[in-house]
Amino acid sequence: MTDAQMAEPAPGHAAIEAGEPYRRAWIRRLLEQLGPFLFVLVLGGALTIASPHFLTITNISAVFVQMSVIAILAVGQVMVIITAGIDLSVSSVVALSGVLSTMVVVNDHWSIPLGMAVGVLVGGGVGVINGVLVTKVHLPPFIATLGTLSAVGGIALLITNGQPIAAPTSFDVLGDGQVGPIPVPIVLMAIVAAVGWFILSRTTLGRSAYAIGSSYETARLSGIRVDRVLIAVYVIQGLLAGLGGVIVASRVVTGDPAAGVNYNLDAIAAVVIGGASLFGGEGTVIGGLIGALLMELISNGGDLLNISNFWQNFILGVVIIAAVAYDQVRRRALQSR
Amino acid sequence: MAQVAPEVKVAEEPLLKVRGLDKHFGPVQALSKVDLDLPAGQVTGLCGDNGAGKSVLTKCIAGIHQPDAGQIFWEGRPVEIRSARDASRLGIETVYQDLALADNLDIVQNMFLGRERVRRGFLDEDEMERAAAATLASLRVTTVRSIRQPVATLSGGQRQSVAVAKAVMWNSKLVILDEPTAALGVMQTQMVLDLVKRLRDHGVAVMVISHNLNDVFEVADRIAVLYLGRMVAQDKASAFDRQSVVEYMTTGTVGRAPVET
Repeated sequence: MTDAQMAEPAPGHAAIEAGEPYRRAWIRRLLEQLGPFLFVLVLGGALTIASPHFLTITNISAVFVQMSVIAILAVGQVMVIITAGIDLSVSSVVALSGVLSTMVVVNDHWSIPLGMAVGVLVGGGVGVINGVLVTKVHLPPFIATLGTLSAVGGIALLITNGQPIAAPTSFDVLGDGQVGPIPVPIVLMAIVAAVGWFILSRTTLGRSAYAIGSSYETARLSGIRVDRVLIAVYVIQGLLAGLGGVIVASRVVTGDPAAGVNYNLDAIAAVVIGGASLFGGEGTVIGGLIGALLMELISNGGDLLNISNFWQNFILGVVIIAAVAYDQVRRRALQSR
Repeated sequence: MAQVAPEVKVAEEPLLKVRGLDKHFGPVQALSKVDLDLPAGQVTGLCGDNGAGKSVLTKCIAGIHQPDAGQIFWEGRPVEIRSARDASRLGIETVYQDLALADNLDIVQNMFLGRERVRRGFLDEDEMERAAAATLASLRVTTVRSIRQPVATLSGGQRQSVAVAKAVMWNSKLVILDEPTAALGVMQTQMVLDLVKRLRDHGVAVMVISHNLNDVFEVADRIAVLYLGRMVAQDKASAFDRQSVVEYMTTGTVGRAPVET
């Protein structure tokens, strides 16, 4: 479809076609992400001035590698949050996936790719459970995934007796490997983000997710198979959490049942900073990535400038509150129009 | 291209025929032996007090509730409508009072909700935009600034118009409107009523559920009155006046007014 065709108004439709065509509306939506993105630019600029070590290939690459797992989890989380749900089980899935993928390699001598596939699929399995609890058992997502958070975390500790599992050094392909000059986690992050963006903005599944989050009843009455969409979204989130777990385990070459404790709230924070609404119906993959990047810059910049971790936590908290407050103001301005 | 059917002659057989419909919820008899005819190319006003069974009857036709007894005939053939999808497959669309549209989605997205056009697995935005614009234009819904604005930014009348346009996109033959003018101002109400008349002129069967007798008398060709789950009156609109409809709604009968005062 060419732009020329788009621009040509059909006779008699002038009043409508004169409006904003889809492409420009898309740009407007992108501009709404501008707040957090500007903040990233300002912070990046400030860090460039403040530290000579910031704008170096090594450091920037490290920033992207560091943010990759949070970003991958954020892509799944944004989908869940768009449906007005939430997935709190992510951190336990990260732990279980890492533990299981290393266990089958170490104990059962499965090949490393197979072990990694097990990790990812286990995450998908937890996603199925979350989705069924939410749709068929009608638990609120918060409660359902709080339950699986605890249960899955418990399983990860039980099967390892709480001890980390050392993997063979060649297990580091996903964490430390490179595709050409680019570290594998960055490549994976880019692929996940591209696929996630595509699903949300170009497929029926994505459209249905926005509709469910905007109004569950409207979506149902419009003939959307609500349960299927919700289960699919929780499964995607589970698979991505599983992938995140494998990357974490690969990076430290260890399956650690205590891994991932912070990932939960970090992923949610990234999504919220990126403009998603916990009430559902709003949020983008790009926003989630910007959120993850912003969080990583705070932590990276804090380290470069020798600001203590305690202060970094404090600053992050302020940023989260500021981002959501900004969003509320924007939303109210939109409604009062 | 407009998705609404061209002018059709009013057939002898009503498009939708309900016969002897019963529905109860536990001990509550919501509908008992209800008959209803909805002919093509006519607007039927469904009246009744709160709790008379209007929305239960609507939901039985829309596939949300299953009747306990009775039969629904569609174009003369007996049908079972088990879900909203079944209803749309037949050509029945319902516009619910507050639930027709998803606020965060834009007009095009809403009009295609649940039935998106897909090309090679991906949403075909250009095609959907074109079809939505054509349908809106055919119904002369032209006051919206952009068909890509979120419906949250529309006025009440515009929302209702978009909701109706969404319902007729699909070659629907019967459109059920639940309180379409509730909470609308005078101008907006007129805009929606005009739209209802255009649907009728396109040959669509329309059922309007309304408390507002002014609206009913303005658009309805036929009037049906429910009273405590029973269909107490059903005839051409010209056979009623305001007084008789109110009497049917409040007492279930007419001319035999309760003796008091």
